[in-house]
Amino acid sequence: MRFMKMFALFLAAMAVTTAHAADKELNVGFIYVSPIGDAGYSYAHEQGRLVVDAMDGVKTSYVEAVKEGPDSERVILNMARKGYDVIFGTSFGYMDPMLKVSKQFPKTVFMHCSGFKQSDNMGNYFGRMYQARYLAGMVAGSMSKSKILGYVAAFPIPEVIRGINAFTLGAQEVNPDVSVRVVWTKTWYDPATEKEAAKSLLDAGADVIAQHQDSPGPQEAAEEKGVYSIGYNSDMSTFAPKAHLTSAVWNWGPYYTKVVNAVKNGTWKAESAWPGMDEDIVGLSPFGPMVPEDVKQKVAAKKAEIIAGTEKVFTGPIKDQAGTVKLAEGVTATDEEMLGMTWFIQGVVGTTK
Amino acid sequence: MQRYRVVKRQERLGWRSCFVFLVAIGLSLLLSALLLALRGTSPLEGILVLFKGGFGTRWALEDCLLKAIPLFLCSLGVSIAFRLQIWNIGAEGQFALGAVGATWMALSFPDLPAFILLPLMIAMACAAGGAWGFIPALLRQKLGTNEIIVTLMMNYIAIQLLDYLVYGVWKDPTSFGFPMTQTFSDQAILGRMGTSSIHWGIVHCLVLGILFWIFFTFTRTGFELKACGDSVRASRYAGIPYDRLVILVMVLSGALAGWAGFLEASATINRLQPSIMVGYGYTAIVVAWLARLNPLQIGITSFLLAGLRVGVENMQLDLQVPAAYGNIMEGLILLTVLAGGFFIHYRIVMVKSA
Repeated sequence: MRFMKMFALFLAAMAVTTAHAADKELNVGFIYVSPIGDAGYSYAHEQGRLVVDAMDGVKTSYVEAVKEGPDSERVILNMARKGYDVIFGTSFGYMDPMLKVSKQFPKTVFMHCSGFKQSDNMGNYFGRMYQARYLAGMVAGSMSKSKILGYVAAFPIPEVIRGINAFTLGAQEVNPDVSVRVVWTKTWYDPATEKEAAKSLLDAGADVIAQHQDSPGPQEAAEEKGVYSIGYNSDMSTFAPKAHLTSAVWNWGPYYTKVVNAVKNGTWKAESAWPGMDEDIVGLSPFGPMVPEDVKQKVAAKKAEIIAGTEKVFTGPIKDQAGTVKLAEGVTATDEEMLGMTWFIQGVVGTTK
Repeated sequence: MQRYRVVKRQERLGWRSCFVFLVAIGLSLLLSALLLALRGTSPLEGILVLFKGGFGTRWALEDCLLKAIPLFLCSLGVSIAFRLQIWNIGAEGQFALGAVGATWMALSFPDLPAFILLPLMIAMACAAGGAWGFIPALLRQKLGTNEIIVTLMMNYIAIQLLDYLVYGVWKDPTSFGFPMTQTFSDQAILGRMGTSSIHWGIVHCLVLGILFWIFFTFTRTGFELKACGDSVRASRYAGIPYDRLVILVMVLSGALAGWAGFLEASATINRLQPSIMVGYGYTAIVVAWLARLNPLQIGITSFLLAGLRVGVENMQLDLQVPAAYGNIMEGLILLTVLAGGFFIHYRIVMVKSA
């Protein structure tokens, strides 16, 4: 008898908990290409996830260090099977696997970062990081005496090339004769290689080092040599307090909140989203103490123009390295042209190969 | 007063050696569980989630098998060389070259029927992978270079070559400048078996594994290889052409890794892109040693290791255990199993001193 009572109680408890679960808690999964402790790209996405996690009625989880290719397909599939409602894949190489899985799970919302494919239930998104790069370029151009800036670049893909071009345009805006020297490391996270690459740029006379990878290696190289540096992804000032001018940073929280809310309200639709500084998705981290007031003001003024939409960064005349006019006077590059950018502008020293 | 002494076992342990293996695995699991407890995660739940994610469902088993396929072939490849005590660390590069070779055929003759194109891709993959094994073997023969260093260095060259092709001449014009070739034509894609997600590569593995066993058990060359592996000097004295065998094993070794490259490009990714390189060639070395170079054990070990990797992803998702935990577990297992190998040949006895 007592057993029966206990059993009934147990059943009742189960019913309550399942009813609660049926109240539809939204499950959101994130997939990162590197460990979240890297202070870089995945770390920035993780900060966004934490914002989503704090929302009411939303539960989140993540898998880190997932290699692109078949491994990522398995992880995405596993999440979809476990009933995750929204899945964010934050690396380019997850695009095709995600597209495959999205067709098998039409009710799940898939969001892919940095790619170009979409389906009925898969959208893609990225931020206009080139806007922040442009501002960072202005800071670097203002602080350089040797008129040589060094750029430690990851892989010759449009995202990186676009960033280098925007950085160069920003630097040229304040320092017309400046040149940007590029070294490819073909790595996303390799502190030793990236530091060495930065050193080779320092030997070539660069006095400001910018970077596209996730490790603080280039920052450390600049700090040791006593020159300046520009960080990326998140505020890298702790790694190079004397060198760090500013970082071009990601701020995913607001965007992720927006997407998750749209899914909750049933208003989500697959689209290609490319929000910019006006939505606060990209920006600059606080300036180091060595950045003079007039530079800060100049950058702030430009930032206001970008937010207002009057400064588009890639507006002609823009020539490529060979001197061919790519964008005529007054012509602004379309999103497609920017997304498929595989050429350097005049003033960049290096190849896109 | 009691003392302990290490004594060599007189008779072989035979099938009982699996107890040593089980104790080693158990010990590593115990240590892993301890780590989980230190993190504040329930160790029992952790191990349970791990096994469920790795082996608990049909999907999990399929995922494991899929991941085990390239591991198995690469590992089979390096184990051929290891049996001759030739240290081929270059499976990674041979794998890359295999993928490149297969892709070359897939892109050059996309319209050939599958029954011609697929064998052609395999042949080219094996030839390219085999060539990448042949070069270090030749250098070793002619110049006396160390094959460990040469094969390792050639990995980087192979990956650079792959990068050069996908960033350059083979780049898909519609990919917005991203490094990848076009998707292969349907004829160039190795299909899946029935309703499962497993591709036909698993059958390739079975056949090649059996051939491997037959080669070493029933052929004269296989016997010569075994003999040379046991003692180079003795077999040279017996007139076994050691130098030629070195070339042979390196080519075979490279061809098998190349075959794995073909399977990954054709069946799993359906194109060539830099992310095809996920380190199977290096993991293969771990697998080969854990499996003591035995083909059946290589199969089992590849499957278990694949399961561990798949399971750890599940742990991450459900319990938010960091990715590094998987590497730690893998390291612990390798350590305990290899250390356990000691007890297969030796035992510890207690001696009472007079």
